[in-house]
Amino acid sequence: MGELLKVDQLQIKFRSEQGETVSVEDVSFTIRHGETMAIVGESGCGKSVTSLAIMGLLGAGGTIAKGSVRFQDTNLASLPERQLRKLKGSQMSMIFQEPMTSLNPVMTIGRQIEEAVRLHLKSPRKTARRLAIDMLRKVGIPRPESIAKAYPHVLSGGMRQRVMIAIALICQPKLLIADEPTTALDVTIQAQIIELMKSLQEETGTAILLVTHDLGVVAAMADQVAVMYAGQIVEAADVYTLFRSPRHPYTQGLLNSIPRLDGGKGQRAPAIPGQVPSLREMPAGCRFHPRCPYAKDRCRERQPRLSFAGEEHQVRCWLAESEELESASASDDQRRKSVAL
Amino acid sequence: MQIERLSTHYPVRGAFLSRRDKAVKAVDDVSLTLYEGETVGLVGESGCGKSTLGRTIIRLEQSSGGRIRFEGRDITHDPPKKLIPARMRMQMIFQDPYASLNPRMRIVDTLSEPLLVHRLVERHEIRREVDRLLALVGLPSSAGNRYPHEFSGGQRQRIGIARALSFRPKLLVCDEPVSALDVSIQAQILNLLQDLQEELTLTYLFIAHGIGAVKQISKRVAVMYLGKIVELAGTEELFRRPRHPYTQLLLNAYPPPDPAYRRKQSRVILHGDIPSPANPPAGCRFHTRCPYAQQRCRVETPHLSEKEHAVACHYPLA
Ligand SMILES: Nc1ncnc2c1ncn2[C@@H]1O[C@H](COP(=O)(O)OP(=O)(O)O)[C@@H](O)[C@H]1O
Ligand SMILES: Nc1ncnc2c1ncn2[C@@H]1O[C@H](COP(=O)(O)OP(=O)(O)O)[C@@H](O)[C@H]1O
Ligand code: SF4
Ligand code: SF4
Ligand SMILES: [Mg+2]
Ligand SMILES: [Mg+2]
Repeated sequence: MGELLKVDQLQIKFRSEQGETVSVEDVSFTIRHGETMAIVGESGCGKSVTSLAIMGLLGAGGTIAKGSVRFQDTNLASLPERQLRKLKGSQMSMIFQEPMTSLNPVMTIGRQIEEAVRLHLKSPRKTARRLAIDMLRKVGIPRPESIAKAYPHVLSGGMRQRVMIAIALICQPKLLIADEPTTALDVTIQAQIIELMKSLQEETGTAILLVTHDLGVVAAMADQVAVMYAGQIVEAADVYTLFRSPRHPYTQGLLNSIPRLDGGKGQRAPAIPGQVPSLREMPAGCRFHPRCPYAKDRCRERQPRLSFAGEEHQVRCWLAESEELESASASDDQRRKSVAL
Repeated sequence: MQIERLSTHYPVRGAFLSRRDKAVKAVDDVSLTLYEGETVGLVGESGCGKSTLGRTIIRLEQSSGGRIRFEGRDITHDPPKKLIPARMRMQMIFQDPYASLNPRMRIVDTLSEPLLVHRLVERHEIRREVDRLLALVGLPSSAGNRYPHEFSGGQRQRIGIARALSFRPKLLVCDEPVSALDVSIQAQILNLLQDLQEELTLTYLFIAHGIGAVKQISKRVAVMYLGKIVELAGTEELFRRPRHPYTQLLLNAYPPPDPAYRRKQSRVILHGDIPSPANPPAGCRFHTRCPYAQQRCRVETPHLSEKEHAVACHYPLA
């Protein structure tokens, strides 16, 4: 499959009264046509900022200070404003955790979908209406004709997210960016939305950039995964490799700290000690070193680069190539193999 | 603590004239016993009444029916003054401890306040007691001199726990204490709660939507749906052999952190939204979403059986 989106050495800065902060550093990844790539990491690690940068939605204080975003071989930074706006919405679109923030509360649901169709597909009103209702049906809204006439506030959170998905996908974009699309929903509704996104993807071939903190959601949806920590990608691999043989101590820690469902009650989950560093007090060397059980002097002094640990498996860790970590992760692997549910 | 046939109803505001006396039956006819030193997990979709149940049993909310016995005494209708000693022994910790901490008060002052007001320790011993509380939750004594905003989410939850512990409680209602925290921090707080329980012989009602956390910490688990407990069993038993269709579908909804399970996914999904608790379905409240519903389910309300593995369903799963 060909490359659809290529993010290369992205650095994102924010300016504020207290000066400049770098929130994302040296982030590179590629999404191919039709695949789902997940960015996973704890809050504040830079997931949303990365996806907003791709959509050109960083806002006033934020800039792409270095690097590039290429969509189908076009550098988005070089596109004139008008063409960029056209691209967004028709070729790439985005959904958020809280759909209410992007729905217009005083416009009927049907009208909002029609607007999207008319704007990008230039369809006449009647066709737009028909497409809108078809799309509502497709995303599993019951009684689409009457819901189309309703306003967003009458819908439940899950139904609103379905409407957002309808709006995002109506122009058949090549890329859908979904930032924590199920985080605000009950787990039962999350399961419905995951199934919906997967089946729509199968039907339309839309690639998905999925931003989430939930490794369960990643396991259920992603083909490729990038793990972010403190503004950087620390590990990237296909989903099976990442869950079976994680190489970065942070990824290993994250996977281990998920409570086991097969263990006896009262079993303790191995926690990662300490906390995520703040942008202003970023540790020197490897950003994970204050919490890493394998940290050595070298880790405290020099920053590791993201390097290949296998074909298409990248790790940002000094130990990634040495035997030491290999054996350490082997025992973790054993443990994880018995994780059930 | 023994809870017998407890109900908590909220009046419906702005309701139509025709149903003026309708109420949200947030908790409806719930019986549950919490034994000393155990943790009972409480799970269910949002709005099913978990927080209301937690608040009602420690008398933060007035019940509309039923009885609450705490340490052998009926406290259901205790007037505020009489309730105080029991109320101190029943504390609550919240999802967002920030909301319960005064942003303008140093941690040491927040933690000393109840000690002073209720004369729990001598005045000159207060700082020592505060340090003891901080140490219990894994914070250094120096944390006392700082303000809530200077702490991360996980640290603030530790402070929230220290504040609850300052009353020397026996029962803690933990209302989603780790839901807002990152996974790696969740594990830290869960481990802390487990250590404290052992050290201080605490009893927990542990409310959460993360099923893994509930599994780790609970001895028994209760599943709630629209104000009622529909299943109650030992943790391992419940996970291995859920008998209520709702429990089975709820557990099914959690995506396991392993991509291998994707293939096996002819996963049965729980369809539809949660009905409004102001107007719950007749008969079995789950019948509108239940794949096994029969005619009987639409008219006859099933009751929680009185077995060790209790289930409220006319046709429980094998
Ligand atoms: N508008 C902004 N101004 C300044 N800093 C910001 C802004 N938006 C995000 N940040 C910072 O960038 C970092 C990454 O944030 P974000 O991408 O939202 O994290 P997450 O991984 O939780 O989505 C955080 O430290 C955050 O404080
Ligand atoms: N103070 C209140 N006044 C009126 N209705 C309430 C109040 N608190 C909760 N409710 C309603 O009671 C039901 C149960 O709520 P809650 O106990 O918060 O559920 P949960 O904690 O399981 O999400 C919901 O329908 C909610 O809207
Ligand atoms: S570089 Fe060093 S500190 Fe960083 S993750 Fe690897 S071993 Fe740990
Ligand atoms: S009583 Fe009937 S509707 Fe209710 S859970 Fe059992 S089978 Fe389903
Ligand atoms: Mg985010
Ligand atoms: Mg609640």
